[in-house]
Order: sequence, then C-alpha cells, then structure tokens
Amino acid sequence: MSLLVFSGSVEQGLIYGLVALALLVSYRVLDIADLTVDGSFTLGAGASAMLVLAGHPLLGLLVAPLAGALAGVVTALLQTKCKVAPILAGIITMTALYSINLMVMGGRSNLQLLRTETVFTAVRALLGDSVGPLVLLAAVDVVVCTLLGLFLRTRTGLAVRATGDNPAMVRASSINPAVTTLIGLAIANALVGLAGGLIAQYQQFTEVGGGTGTVVLGLASLIIGEVVTGRSSMPRRLAGAIVGAIVYRLILALALSASVTPQNLKLVSAIIVAAAISAPAIKQRVQLAQKKRKAVREHAARH
Amino acid sequence: MLHVTELEKTFYPGTPAEKHALGPVTLTLQDGEFVTLIGGNGAGKSTLFNAIAGEFLPDAGFIELDGQDITFLPEHRRAALIGRLFQDPMKGTAPSMTMEENLTLAYLSAGRGGTLRGKAQRRAFFAAQLERLGLGLETRLKTPVGLLSGGQRQALTLLMATIVPPRLLLLDEHTAALDPATAEKVLALTNEIVREHHLTCMMVTHNIDTALRTGTRTLMLEDGRLVLDLAGEARAGMTVETLLAKFRSSLNNDRILLPGSGAV
Ligand SMILES: Nc1ncnc2c1ncn2[C@@H]1O[C@H](COP(=O)(O)OP(=O)(O)O)[C@@H](O)[C@H]1O
Ligand SMILES: [Mg+2]
Repeated sequence: MSLLVFSGSVEQGLIYGLVALALLVSYRVLDIADLTVDGSFTLGAGASAMLVLAGHPLLGLLVAPLAGALAGVVTALLQTKCKVAPILAGIITMTALYSINLMVMGGRSNLQLLRTETVFTAVRALLGDSVGPLVLLAAVDVVVCTLLGLFLRTRTGLAVRATGDNPAMVRASSINPAVTTLIGLAIANALVGLAGGLIAQYQQFTEVGGGTGTVVLGLASLIIGEVVTGRSSMPRRLAGAIVGAIVYRLILALALSASVTPQNLKLVSAIIVAAAISAPAIKQRVQLAQKKRKAVREHAARH
Repeated sequence: MLHVTELEKTFYPGTPAEKHALGPVTLTLQDGEFVTLIGGNGAGKSTLFNAIAGEFLPDAGFIELDGQDITFLPEHRRAALIGRLFQDPMKGTAPSMTMEENLTLAYLSAGRGGTLRGKAQRRAFFAAQLERLGLGLETRLKTPVGLLSGGQRQALTLLMATIVPPRLLLLDEHTAALDPATAEKVLALTNEIVREHHLTCMMVTHNIDTALRTGTRTLMLEDGRLVLDLAGEARAGMTVETLLAKFRSSLNNDRILLPGSGAV
C-alpha cells in the first residue's frame, strides 16, 4: 500500500469515524437501529456542498450537523410521539430525505466542487498537502470525542445512556425517555451530517445516492473498533469508534488493491457487518454442537 | 404527607375482560409515617402504587402529595417526589452502566437535586453510603451494575431511591425475590434508611409477621378496597393468627407466610 493510499484511508477513516460515533450513540447506547443515517449523511453532504458553491465552506460544516440533527429529531418524534416502530421511523425519514436532499441540492442529482474553495484547500494552503487534511480531521475528531465524552457524563448524558438500558429507570429519574431518545438521535444524526459535510468537501463531489449503505459502513467500523479497544469504558469506546473506522478503511484499501472492484465494496462491508454481528450466535451454536457430540461419545463409551 | 381521595381504577372497561382493580380508596398518610400494606393476590396493592406513581390516570379520585395535587402530573415528573422499588431487582438500575454512573444519575435527578457538584466529592459520598450496606460494594464503584447479584442490585436501588430523600417511598414486595438472608438484610436496611431520613413510606409485603413488625401502621386491601387499618394499640395487640383467622378468605394468597417460615 502506497503512502498516499494509506494517508487517504486514514483521512477517510477520521471522517467515517464520526458515523461510527453516531452509531455508538444510537445503536449501542440507545439500542435503536436508526436508518435515518443514510439520508442524513447525504443531507449534510448536500448542504455543505451548496454552501461551498456559495463561497462559505466553513458555514457548510456548521449547517451540515444542524441539518442532520433536525432529521434525527423527526425520526425521534415519529418514534416517541407517533409510536412508529424505531426501524420504520428511520426508514420513513430516510425516504423523505431523498426528495429533500434533491431540493437542497437545487434539483441536481450531483454536485461538483472542483476548483472551489473548501476547508481542505484552505488547510492544504496553510499546512501543506500531506498533513493539512490529516491535522484538520484529527482535530475535528478529538474535539467531537471530547465533547461527546463530557456530555455523556452529565445528568442528561447519563439519562440518554440509561434510556437504551432501562427506560423505566429513566422515568424513575424524573426524566422523560421521549426527550432522551430525541436528544440521542439528534446528536447521532448531527455527527452523521457533519461526516457528510466533511466528505463532500473532501471528495469535492457529492451525489444524491451517496449516503446509501452509510449505516452498514458505520456499524462495520463500530464493531471493528470494539474488537480493537474493547467496551470497558466510555472513553475507550469513543476512541474505538474512530480507530475502527480507520482500520475499516485500511481493510477496504487492501481489498481494493487485491482487485475487489469499487462496485463490490458495499458487498464487502455488508459481509463484514453480518459476520461480526452474527459471530456470538455462531460461536454459541458451534459450542452447543461440540457439547452434544461429546455427550453422545461419553454416553456411547459407557455402554 | 399523602392524601388519596376516592381513587378508582377499572382496567379494560366495557370489555369482557373488564376488571375493577381499585377503589374507591381514601387514605391519608402523615409525614414520616411508615405503613405496611397486605392483601391477597390481585387485591390491588400494586395497582394502588402504580396509580400514586402515575403509571396510569385513575378513572376517578385525587392524589395529593405535600399539598400539591399530582393526579394529572406525568409519571416522570412525579418521580422527582416519589422513590419506588419493585420485586424485580433488575427494574431499578441500568445494567450496562457502572454503580457510580447509576448513583450519579439518581443523585443528580432527585427532586431537589444533590448539592455535591464535584465528581470526587460525590464519589466519596457514594462510597460512604455504599459502605453502610455492608455488602462490600464501596470498592466496586466502577463495576457495571449488571454484574451484581439480585440482592446487591436491590440494595443499590434502595440507596438510589433514597440518596436524596424522596417525599414518598413506595416499596412493592421489594424483598420477595431475594434469598431469606439477603431479604432480611435489605429489610433491616430499609428500616434504617426510613428512620434516618424520617421518610413517609408504604411497603407491600406478603409476610404478615413482617407487616405487623415493621413500621407504625398496617393496611389491608381486598378487591381494591381498604378493609383494615391497624395502628397503635390495636396493632400492637394483633397477632398473625388473629389476623389470619379473621381474614382467612381474603388472604387467599398462597405466598402469605407465617412467622418462622424464614422469608421476609
Ligand atoms: N395493567 C393492567 N391491566 C389489566 N389488569 C391489571 C393491570 N394491572 C393489574 N391488573 C389487574 O388488577 C387486579 C389487581 O392487581 P394488582 O394490583 O397487581 O394486585 P396485587 O395486590 O397482587 O399487587 C388483578 O386482577 C390484575 O390482574
Ligand atoms: Mg403486586
């Protein structure tokens, strides 16, 4: 793997690490499989790209997470106020977002940002081509992880964590679980929106279907991260999400260099996720089968 | 203090499954009163607690706590005033969070809120509180609660529910799922905490002996109505045998226990 490919993978890992963080909040902490993500990723990307074209790349990175948060709020309200099942609530928002994203992108299905000023052209000019983006993205991730870690220690943050664990206890703590669900999903989708906003400026390109599969990709990163850093404490888990995303990008880069074509990348992601999530169940089955065989053998030996 | 006035609840009204579960019940608890509540299976004990805590709205009647009408206050808002424990030790804690995180959430969320703002200060306070339980939990603040035994979790829940004293403590057979020795310990701890904070408390138990020995007043529910209100000398003179003889039919509870049979 060339240095260029390597640093490119790390950079993308730092961006997609934000998606993994989002899934840490929604999937792990709130225990909700939130499919809004595929839509809010494109929403952030589209909003960011439009603002880049209008000459405000930095503003784009502020609006992208806000737009994502809004999408999260819609999903949360569908769940908590309208009693729509969590998965369906996410699918509904994601579907609506497809049209909304087209509107955001001015009716175009893709946007080119070549030869326009982005935050990355700015840091490249400031710090050089090789380290500029890396420094910017690392700084973003450190700030996001720190803020998220601090938030999860506050009363509200602890209540968000308890929501996925034991909603009755949240009520007993005189906090409305509908509110903690809303806060959690807003934060998660804000992170996704920010990732989308960054990727649009990083790749200088965005398309309306670009978010498809983001949720699976984020899950793959999250799970890889959990294998690497463990789940013993919140700071570890936060760092793990970022590390997992970087490792995942490196695996994809290796797969590409081993002649997996780009079209097949999402298949590879899906296989990684399916394998990782089903691993405990498969392990259990294997152990059970071994136990059975052993019991049968011992029984036969006694007769 | 607690005022319950003409409280009624029917489940599934107008259907074949219609069940008049509660009422009309009228009841007053004085400040600092510790009341035990007995009654057969399905007598409406849990329903009374659920109504007071706001799990559902009553069909009729009012609930007043500390001079505030809480009849229509949402459950999570009442929780600031009311601490609750259930039979199931899993109900009151978040298993994947550490003991410290569980205690912090309880501490910061309680009605008037805890006043210790610093993390180190709080940790010392929690450790001191846990030490009183005598379960060796004070050194395990970083342990996820899911790894604790049922008795340990119930003791922790009791501590969380009272770490900032609530206006009212509702205990619904909170020792019933524990082994006899642990149950005895948790009950002793309950007595200690209620006395120390001068809490207003209602406790459901299916052990009549415990009901008569604990607190200052004993109530009995039958078919959703109060049929017995014992306090003072009448209560002091009451024996399990007399009570059983008088209410043999309504205490049709196969879990009702006689003294000496061990469980609390
Ligand atoms: N949520 C509910 N829905 C329907 N029926 C209920 C509900 N809660 C309690 N009941 C019924 O109300 C009656 C009283 O129950 P409960 O208060 O739990 O009795 P207990 O005194 O044993 O705690 C029972 O017949 C029970 O089946
Ligand atoms: Mg009951």
